[in-house]
Amino acid sequence: MEYAISANGLTKKFGAFTAVNAITFNVKKGEIFGFLGANGAGKTTAMRMLNGLSRPTAGEAQVAGYDVYRETERIKQHIGYMSQKFSLYEDLTPKENIHFYGGIYGGSLSFLKQKSKELITELGMEAYANTLVKNIPLGWKQKLSFSIAIMHQPAIVFLDEPTGGVDPITRRQFWEMIYKVANEGMTVFVTTHYMDEAEYCDRVSIMVDGRIEALDSPGNLKKQFKAETMNDVFLKLTRP
Amino acid sequence: MNNTANISIKEVSKSYQDNIAALDQVSLEITAGELFGLIGPDGAGKTSLIRILATLLLPDEGVASLNGWDVRKDYRTIRSNIGYMPGRFSLYQDLSVEENLHFFATIFGTKVEENYDLIKDIYDQLAPFKKRRAGNLSGGMKQKLALCCALIHKPVVLLLDEPTTGVDPVSRKEFWDMLGRLKAKGITTLVSTPYMDEASLCDRVALIQKGRILDVGSPNEIIDKYKHPLLAVRTDDMYRLINDLRTFDFTHTVFPFGEYVHLSLIQTVWPEVIASYLLSKEHTGLDIQAVKPTIEDAFMELMI
Repeated sequence: MEYAISANGLTKKFGAFTAVNAITFNVKKGEIFGFLGANGAGKTTAMRMLNGLSRPTAGEAQVAGYDVYRETERIKQHIGYMSQKFSLYEDLTPKENIHFYGGIYGGSLSFLKQKSKELITELGMEAYANTLVKNIPLGWKQKLSFSIAIMHQPAIVFLDEPTGGVDPITRRQFWEMIYKVANEGMTVFVTTHYMDEAEYCDRVSIMVDGRIEALDSPGNLKKQFKAETMNDVFLKLTRP
Repeated sequence: MNNTANISIKEVSKSYQDNIAALDQVSLEITAGELFGLIGPDGAGKTSLIRILATLLLPDEGVASLNGWDVRKDYRTIRSNIGYMPGRFSLYQDLSVEENLHFFATIFGTKVEENYDLIKDIYDQLAPFKKRRAGNLSGGMKQKLALCCALIHKPVVLLLDEPTTGVDPVSRKEFWDMLGRLKAKGITTLVSTPYMDEASLCDRVALIQKGRILDVGSPNEIIDKYKHPLLAVRTDDMYRLINDLRTFDFTHTVFPFGEYVHLSLIQTVWPEVIASYLLSKEHTGLDIQAVKPTIEDAFMELMI
């Protein structure tokens, strides 16, 4: 089986401090993979290595079939990335943001024109097409960010705490968008602090102090830790 | 003066330059000693309401008071008798943990030693880092320090604006444990959060959306008002399941809920009927069970 992501003993040290300690895991194509851990557990560092932004100290990993040491530029072309903190330019309109990001990935002007029209219709946000992003409600912004992050049809999309603060209906519309792309074969790699969110994933890993301490489907993890919810699993694993 | 205080909000409205109502005729009564949750998404009006109570913002209409002090007339009294923790970390990043604490004690005209018993539980966890600059603390530690600074003058009311946003589950749990202990000391606390699962940790909650209060009550009272039959359903293909359930004759709403989909019905339907419908759509791995609604089900029902 070919994996979207495979990591073997992946390690990152900063001086004497080991931020990521020999993590080994595989993510299947089309899987929704949750990447969990407390603040400071090493999630961000691990994700930066997988994104080709930080060179590992040891171990190996392939992302979308490319090597994290030698083919970082290739990786960047074949992944999408969305974070809650920053994804869109606030002083541009949705249309302009689509043109900007699409342009970076090398889309032609005619492609971008057609694509921005399509995306805005698909999201049902015609009313906001020419409004500055800073004046658009958060829920719309997040759906737009996600659409833009996958506009170049990456093999894998990385979502860094994507749904903080949105209302429960919008949050579910967002997860339906995730289900849809996963169903079409895109791999989704998502980090979150909110354990109810973890329950949407096919499988989740939980990092503690630089190591992956648990990895399975939410259902199996709940059985393994004799817990009612993923929140309880997390607390059992991270609280000494 | 008693050491507990009620909060009274009557028909408070507030709008900003864009003329969209941040708060639209909001009324709430919070009882002395209550741990009260204001629950809603970003942009619902939570921060506006808390800022009005903290006397940092004037309402356009309506009246609000804390312990009988009016937010317009008695703002000086209010400011020196409440503890307020804004949504953004607002301590001095360049001062150490203990310097921040002494600073806030001093401006409120007290000493750290005077009310130390109130913060002891929390400060004990920070003590190993007391010489560290606040800017270099982890997210959870910052929140604990901010809470200590908000408590150091022994306020009668505590206003906490999204104290657990962006904080990991362990720190979040510790923070709510602390709020539970403060409640035992009789402090009236109003805490806002976008996270529905925190509702169950409050005595009562108000659900807020687009500047309006959707409902007020204990978490159980709110859940008990949910009247639709509710089922948790899963199959091997969740995405197709959602779409297929939407076209089922007796469907009221369909929302993904982690490993399951919550299906609410317009009338009671035997699970066998749903199962045979899903089998006719070639679903495999069926799992259908009746479930109790959660506060999120109730919130969504009020939104639609």
